[in-house]
Amino acid sequence: MIELFTFNTATMNQIKRILGLIWIILGPVAIYYLIKTGAGEIAKKPVIDTKIQWGVFIVIFIPIAIGLVIFGYYAIKGEYDN
Amino acid sequence: MSPTKGIWKVIFASSLGTLIEWYDFYIFGSLATVIASQFFPKTNPTAALLSTLATFAAGFIVRPFGALVFGRLGDLIGRKYTFLLTLIIMGFSTFAIGLVPGYESIGFAAPLIVLLLRLLQGLALGGEYGGAATYVAEHAPINQRGYYTSWIQTTATLGLFVSLGVILLTRHFLDKDLSKSIAKFNDWGWRIPFLVSIILVIISIYIRLKMKESPLFEKLKTEGKTSVNPLKESFAHKLNLKIVLLALFGATMGQGVVWYTGQFYAQSFIENVCKIDFDQSRTILIWAILFATPFFIVFGKWSDKAGRKWIMIAGMFLAVTSYRFLFSQLLDIADSKNKVELAEKKEVKTTIVPIVNTGNSIRTAVTKSFFEDGMIISETKKDTVYTATHKLTLKPDIKISKILGSGSYWKMVLIVFMMIIYVTMVYGPIAAFLVEMFPTKIRYTSMSLPYHIGNGVFGGLTPFIATLLTTIYIDNKLAGLMYPIIIATLCMVIGSIYINNKIDRNLID
Repeated sequence: MIELFTFNTATMNQIKRILGLIWIILGPVAIYYLIKTGAGEIAKKPVIDTKIQWGVFIVIFIPIAIGLVIFGYYAIKGEYDN
Repeated sequence: MSPTKGIWKVIFASSLGTLIEWYDFYIFGSLATVIASQFFPKTNPTAALLSTLATFAAGFIVRPFGALVFGRLGDLIGRKYTFLLTLIIMGFSTFAIGLVPGYESIGFAAPLIVLLLRLLQGLALGGEYGGAATYVAEHAPINQRGYYTSWIQTTATLGLFVSLGVILLTRHFLDKDLSKSIAKFNDWGWRIPFLVSIILVIISIYIRLKMKESPLFEKLKTEGKTSVNPLKESFAHKLNLKIVLLALFGATMGQGVVWYTGQFYAQSFIENVCKIDFDQSRTILIWAILFATPFFIVFGKWSDKAGRKWIMIAGMFLAVTSYRFLFSQLLDIADSKNKVELAEKKEVKTTIVPIVNTGNSIRTAVTKSFFEDGMIISETKKDTVYTATHKLTLKPDIKISKILGSGSYWKMVLIVFMMIIYVTMVYGPIAAFLVEMFPTKIRYTSMSLPYHIGNGVFGGLTPFIATLLTTIYIDNKLAGLMYPIIIATLCMVIGSIYINNKIDRNLID
């Protein structure tokens, strides 16, 4: 039972670390997609409302995406291991 | 002394104030159209710009900023005085919005003052919740923290409930004639919900003043162990930052979108996509909230036994797997193609009003269609009749409003009720969950930020992004659901894998 638990914990830790890479990749992908969509929407309708809305989206989400990268980095480093 | 002695006083004092703050914050959002016509005329581009800022800045930028400002204060000087301060700022701002003269009276100053007051509202809200949740949790007995903090969790939903109720009542009772009453409401009656707030705030301030400081914070203070720099300790130290990030990506992010989809996007979808009448779209939400609110307590209490994690994850799972089905049911219920029309009862009323000095006139045709199940569809078509050329407007203005029959109405209540049940699952245990993640000396700061990013940014953006998606994918009325489904799925995966279900019984750390 203890062995099984140890195995599960070790496997879970391994999964946590591997997934860390996905979170690291997801951060820049999210920023790229956000800027691309925002630029497209502003070009489509270049009024002040669209610019402010997308400006706010981008300014707010970039630090969050960076946070996701840091989260992924911590996960890879084993900071969330059991 | 019994550990629960005086706890209900603590809960009442904290919850009442938090409920009032949510009420104050929501009435601005609920009355956005009326406020825009009074303060932010579309004809003035600067005023229109301020309108957009008032909507976006208060919800998304200022709330997390308020979490940092007041969170820091709460960890430095104490919980009691900090969340008393947020209540005073919120009460003052709300009351003042009700007093600001319109754009027609004082010009550009009007939208500027309203914007500043709205920013103060956002700032205050950012500081309130963390204080109230921490204060109650630090008073609660070890094994019942989920149960007691769940009372705080009811306040956001009840604040919405009260705001909708006060607005509907005011809108209906300013005159015996409903159309005159609505006209009066749009003219000056909208100020009443703002002004009423001050009475509630004064009562709440009086009650809160009588409360004592949190015992855990008091103990830290006596021992000289309070934090010197809560912001640095919360976000610059890896040991705490990693927990802040986990709280955000594994819990509050998903909780925020589930909350805003169930309570805000659902109502907007019923009104704007299903075209259900103004009053019905709001009373559907009111009933659903009324029936679902006790479940905050149920899930909060249950989380004391089962752990917080799996209840929240289950709420997210149910949401992501059933949203498309539930929203398509809303569309079906409102769709007249599925109903039998009573053709003999059809009414068409046309009025023609001349436009002064032009010779042209505005023609309004109201067509009412009746259906077997009690649904009534009103189609109001307005166009300009040009006398000289005998032409009509190329694109007439058409508005459709549906009033549901009793059976369909209650089916919609049931669907929204289910969505709010998901809200109670993700939101009921989260205060206890967040409080238990962080040490006492930086708890207020550390839990406030992920909460307000999750709810203010991820949640608050739900109606905007969902609506935006429907303008990109025009043929798919359910396209807006992509955003909450993707965010909640991501959060569910992170939460399931990285969060521990073990309850941290010891808050004195």
